[in-house]
Amino acid sequence: MTAVSAVIRNQGVIPLTRIPVVSYPEFIRVVDELMTGGLHCVNYFAWAEGDMLKFIICLANDSDGTIHLLMHKSPKRTGLQLDALSLQHYQLHIFEREISENFGVDFTGHPWPKPVRYAWNRADQSKLINNYPFYKIDSDELHEVGVGPIHAGVIEPGHFRFLCNGETVLHLEIQLGWQHRGVESLFLTKPGLLQRTILSESIASDTSVGHSLAFVSLLESLAGINPGETLEMERTLALELERIAMHLGDLSNVNIGMAYQLASAVFGTLRTPVINYTQTWCGNRFGKGLNRVGGSHYPFNDELAAKLLDLMNKVEETAKPMADRLFGLPSFLMRSESIGRVTEAQTRLIGAVGMAARNAGVARDIRVTHPFASYRNHPIESQTLTQGDVWARMMLRNLELNDSVYYVRDLTRTWMDTHEPVSVPAEEKKLQLAADSFAVSLVEGWRGEVCHCAVTGSNGAIVHYKVKDPSLHNWMALALSLRNLEISDFPINNKSYNLSYCGFDL
Amino acid sequence: MVSLLIILICSLFIPGIIVKTKALFSGRKGPGVFQPWLDIIRLLKKGSVYSSVSSYVFQLGATTYLASVIVAALVVPFDQYPSVISFPGDFVMFAYLLALGRFLIIISALDVSSGFEGMGANREAFYSLLAEPAFFILMGSLAMFTGYTSFHDIYSHLHYADRYAVIIAIISGYVLANFTLVENSRLPVDDPLTHLELTMVHEVMVLDHSGFDLGLIKIANNLKLVLLNTLSINCFIPQDWPVALQVITFLLLQTVFAAGVGYVESFRARNKMAMNPQFILSISAISLILIFVIIILNNKI
Repeated sequence: MTAVSAVIRNQGVIPLTRIPVVSYPEFIRVVDELMTGGLHCVNYFAWAEGDMLKFIICLANDSDGTIHLLMHKSPKRTGLQLDALSLQHYQLHIFEREISENFGVDFTGHPWPKPVRYAWNRADQSKLINNYPFYKIDSDELHEVGVGPIHAGVIEPGHFRFLCNGETVLHLEIQLGWQHRGVESLFLTKPGLLQRTILSESIASDTSVGHSLAFVSLLESLAGINPGETLEMERTLALELERIAMHLGDLSNVNIGMAYQLASAVFGTLRTPVINYTQTWCGNRFGKGLNRVGGSHYPFNDELAAKLLDLMNKVEETAKPMADRLFGLPSFLMRSESIGRVTEAQTRLIGAVGMAARNAGVARDIRVTHPFASYRNHPIESQTLTQGDVWARMMLRNLELNDSVYYVRDLTRTWMDTHEPVSVPAEEKKLQLAADSFAVSLVEGWRGEVCHCAVTGSNGAIVHYKVKDPSLHNWMALALSLRNLEISDFPINNKSYNLSYCGFDL
Repeated sequence: MVSLLIILICSLFIPGIIVKTKALFSGRKGPGVFQPWLDIIRLLKKGSVYSSVSSYVFQLGATTYLASVIVAALVVPFDQYPSVISFPGDFVMFAYLLALGRFLIIISALDVSSGFEGMGANREAFYSLLAEPAFFILMGSLAMFTGYTSFHDIYSHLHYADRYAVIIAIISGYVLANFTLVENSRLPVDDPLTHLELTMVHEVMVLDHSGFDLGLIKIANNLKLVLLNTLSINCFIPQDWPVALQVITFLLLQTVFAAGVGYVESFRARNKMAMNPQFILSISAISLILIFVIIILNNKI
């Protein structure tokens, strides 16, 4: 039998004609076979081309670093019915819901057929956020508690509905889709390179380096540009700095939720010099403006490198004693251990990625399995814990924080020894993207795998762009973590995941 | 009168001292010690907003709560100096005046029919139910020990009745201090600073109170904190000291208590909600020890 699926590597490009297009039953068979073999889905989406609807699935093999691609086609018409793959592989539920929402495809047998984000160009305009089909249990003993969409801390909008038996949560349903920026369609309607780059930085501002790195790598692979080792090192430094800053911020934030003031103050104030460093480097605390296609406007220099080494020493000196104290504090342990447990089986079932997977025994880290940028030549160690509770999520942040500090230090020294001049970003008019191709770019942001995919047309213009934030998978982990837990434990659970609302809503 | 005066004076700065201590421990400068009262003045200048689904029950809440705390303040003595009102069994009235205020706040929280406030009311009712035995076992033991049943008489005779009075004063001071933490929704039972409705106890009940009403509730909270503090501090001040020294010691102990609360709240996390009943019952358990000590001392067994 010939190759049943096309195989590429992370940040690879493949002509569309080389991706096998199979019938839907065959598609189901191959996907089922691959996923049963342990592959996880990084993206599955559809786009309309003429009167045809084209579907493509990207399955990542964590053991050999490959990504399997497979397509199927259907004529575009209302009421199109396809068998739901989610029945066998539940992690696909969110992708099938998205396709169903955007194109009106009816996945028969889908266990949870609900709208995802109420995009403006959704197929069925009669589906409104006000008539979202909430899960209900008819009982006089149970009560519902609705939280949001306006958040108590006025962060982002999201509605949480708890079905409670007294103080115990039986079920939590998370309803998102309150923001309507239309990021994916903006990628098509705003053709300018700078417009698109800035857009990628704004997908989720707490992951601006992660998302913009995914975007620029994608475009570089489509345009055949090799960014060069030095530039890759600089980008990797920025990505790790983002991870350090966000982990510090989250360690602080969970402690605010637990009312442990000391740790929240120490980690919180330590985050400031880290993001201020990024500002010194590129003028923006979140690293906006740093990642540009083919080069950099803010080349790293020796002075910055020396400052970075100092900063890493400071982070290590301050964070370590605080972490030792925190993880030995009885009241913290009481508050965090066995709270919000998600098992390994559940994690695999829902296809959680990144931190949400690694805290529950699923070693899923793109930096290790599908290395990109400097992780290819300078491997990083990835940590996996098995407990899957609030404690594990806090501990994992602490461990990753330490690893990142060491890694940044090593990489900075390597940069000092080996760096070469970095070119200025490529000019838009000189950028020629590969025609009729498909490209995928995976980046391990601090939350988990960020996946950007692009499909180009016959003149090299992008005809479809797909963004996937790790939160798309991971919100389900938060919902599961609340099962049979006290409702008062929701805030620390939510903070311990710290998922993205805008990364989901797009 | 002297007791009421000194309680009012303390309530001016004690809440501010807790906030200041916490700020200093976290490396911030923090607001001035009178900031809580400046906030209250700001609130009092505003009007109140009433939800269209609430009734007169909701509007009763804040006023009755403050009134009940003020009347309760009248029976609290300062050391051997009498309170404004004193009669046998006044500590029972004290406890149930506070309970009355709490009841009104609870039903005003239920009146707005919000899921959050219902949960908060449920928790508050449950915790105060558990905390009540601690107070009555303690006051009952002290009444049995001294042979009197009013706050003033109990405190005036506590120090002279027996040389074991020191131990008894220490245990009752400890129990009352913990009782104060529970009653005033401080750590580890509640977190007065949290913005997370789902974890709140007292704060979530007053979410719908605004402006003037919220100001009244905050005044009542401040008074209640100092009132209950006074009950435990009274156990420690010797009665043969000159009055000036007693006042200074009293103010000092109030400050130390407030700073202590600030210290505790800076260096520990709060309890898991399910642990709270256990924590509150342990206070009752300690007061049970006291009653057995006193039974033995009085040769009742």
